[in-house]
Amino acid sequence: MAANPMTQFEVYRIGPEIKIGAFDISFTNASLFMVVSSLAILIIFNLGSKKNSLLPNKVQLLAELSYTFVSKMISDTAGSKAKPYFSFIFSLFMFVLFCNMFGMIPYTFTVTSHIIVTFVLAAFIFIGVTVIGFIKHGLGYLKLFVPSGVPIVLLPLIVVIEIISYLSRPISLSVRLFANMMAGHTMMKVFGGFVISLGVVGGWLPLSFSVALTGLEILVAFLQAYVFAILTCIYLNDALNLHH
Amino acid sequence: MIKKIFFQLVFFNLFFLKEVFAAESGGMPQLNPEFWISQIFWLTLTFGILYVVLSKLILPKISANLELRKSQIQENIEAAEKQRESSEAKLKEYDDIISKSKLEANNIFKEARENVLKEINAKKETLDKQIDEEVKKVEQEINLLKKGASEKINKIAIETTSELLVKLIGTEVNSSSISAIVDDLSKRNGNKYYGN
Repeated sequence: MAANPMTQFEVYRIGPEIKIGAFDISFTNASLFMVVSSLAILIIFNLGSKKNSLLPNKVQLLAELSYTFVSKMISDTAGSKAKPYFSFIFSLFMFVLFCNMFGMIPYTFTVTSHIIVTFVLAAFIFIGVTVIGFIKHGLGYLKLFVPSGVPIVLLPLIVVIEIISYLSRPISLSVRLFANMMAGHTMMKVFGGFVISLGVVGGWLPLSFSVALTGLEILVAFLQAYVFAILTCIYLNDALNLHH
Repeated sequence: MIKKIFFQLVFFNLFFLKEVFAAESGGMPQLNPEFWISQIFWLTLTFGILYVVLSKLILPKISANLELRKSQIQENIEAAEKQRESSEAKLKEYDDIISKSKLEANNIFKEARENVLKEINAKKETLDKQIDEEVKKVEQEINLLKKGASEKINKIAIETTSELLVKLIGTEVNSSSISAIVDDLSKRNGNKYYGN
């Protein structure tokens, strides 16, 4: 059982079965790690904002560095108009980052390795960005699909391509995060399985691989959270500042 | 021998691994929709609470802290700048005072030097005048003496000549003729004796 690299992604119920109507909303291990990640974020940032000293302590420094990091990321990619959405992007980045990072602890569950979770986030972003775009520019937002400076002959083709690329945004956004997480954790599990099955004699090579992979995966965990947040910023930028 | 055991172990283990994989090959748990609704529900709940708490309570505080620190640092920098400016002004004042007093001291020194020099010159002049006068007086005296000396010598020469003549010849010679001869001689040889 332990050798199957996919068992780590199994969701199972913790506690009793909860049902609302026909929907099963039982508390699962996935729910547990969503709660844990959110709580960790809230605790760290609450501690980091509690008292304001001129020379910040470590937690305060962490909170403030994260704040300035995300705020710089947003202002760099989406400009000053994106300021009202700072809280959302900050929460999104922190949530994905903490879920990814908690997944790196052995025997934990990686929330973001489930397509449904990343797809819900991406779909929410997609719908939100589209709504913001239509509110800001009205029907003029449709100009997003008509890039300027394109020959009229090519226009029908370009418009179709633009629409497809726009509609595939939530899919690419969600699949990127989900696939990265799943692939990384599966690889680690496979190499971990090799360590056990090859034993003391041959297990050293996969073990060293596993160690290297752990470092890589921590990098990927941060990078994917960053990519997720920055792509959200870029989509938001399209909706706020219509360039085409 | 050891090599053989090693390879046997490796191959055996791989074989074993394959068996295990084959036995437990299932689909991806991610595509099992059993808990999708639950995940969506809990994601919405936790992320919603996270967003609300962060945006309403925590992020404004962090932003306020950052602003406060920025302004405090700015104030401190401004205060430091002011103090630096005032200290620079004071330094300038001090420098001014020093250069002024230096100038004053220089002036006083110069004045004193000039005064002393003037006094010295005045004294020198008076002294020079006195010396000149005295030198003139002495020269006059010397001249007088010189003149008197030649006459006296002439007189003495006349007298001695007349007496010598009396003793040698026994007769008195007219003193006027002697004096004429002596005068003539002294005029001719005066230069030899007196260096005039």
